[in-house]
Amino acid sequence: MASKVQVPAKAQTTSQGFAYSALILGWLVPGAGHLLTGRWVRSLLLFVSITTMFWLGLAMQGKLYAPNTGDVLEMLGFAGDVGNGLLYAIGRIFDLGHGAVQIATADYGTKFVVVAGLLNFISAVDAHNLRIGRKA
Amino acid sequence: MALMFAPSHFTAVLLFATFASVVFGVTQRSTPKAMVRYGLYCWSMFVGVVIVASWVMWLIRR
Repeated sequence: MASKVQVPAKAQTTSQGFAYSALILGWLVPGAGHLLTGRWVRSLLLFVSITTMFWLGLAMQGKLYAPNTGDVLEMLGFAGDVGNGLLYAIGRIFDLGHGAVQIATADYGTKFVVVAGLLNFISAVDAHNLRIGRKA
Repeated sequence: MALMFAPSHFTAVLLFATFASVVFGVTQRSTPKAMVRYGLYCWSMFVGVVIVASWVMWLIRR
């Protein structure tokens, strides 16, 4: 009986150098991990999607979560925001993302920023899988 | 910095669905054709579920 289960093409390492470079670079700059593996179209798509989502979230008056606020939900939001890597650092440095409760779409903006970070985590892990040969 | 964007709720849904679907398509499939198909599937699911949920809420409110 035919199966639709996809078996990884290779299990062994195909990369040279530091194995986690695509993971770390992909986390810091969206799509950069894929660029490191030579997939520039995927890299461009990921960079445009995640970066645009992040900036749209801030433009919608979304909030950038800060660490150590003591509130569990805020800490979870911070964990998502950190996924944006350098984008989050830039936002904090320029004091962006205070959140505006009087604007109806501001809460959507906060979610845009958090989800952009979570999507970047997925993207960075995918770049790592490409780097080590787990994914074609 | 003058960053200001106030979309309608549905525009926000369309933007969210588009960007999330691109990332899902690229990361969850291996071939370009499968990426496009999966991205379109995710997009239609995002938007479709929102429309259905909106109508359900409208019916509950009546």
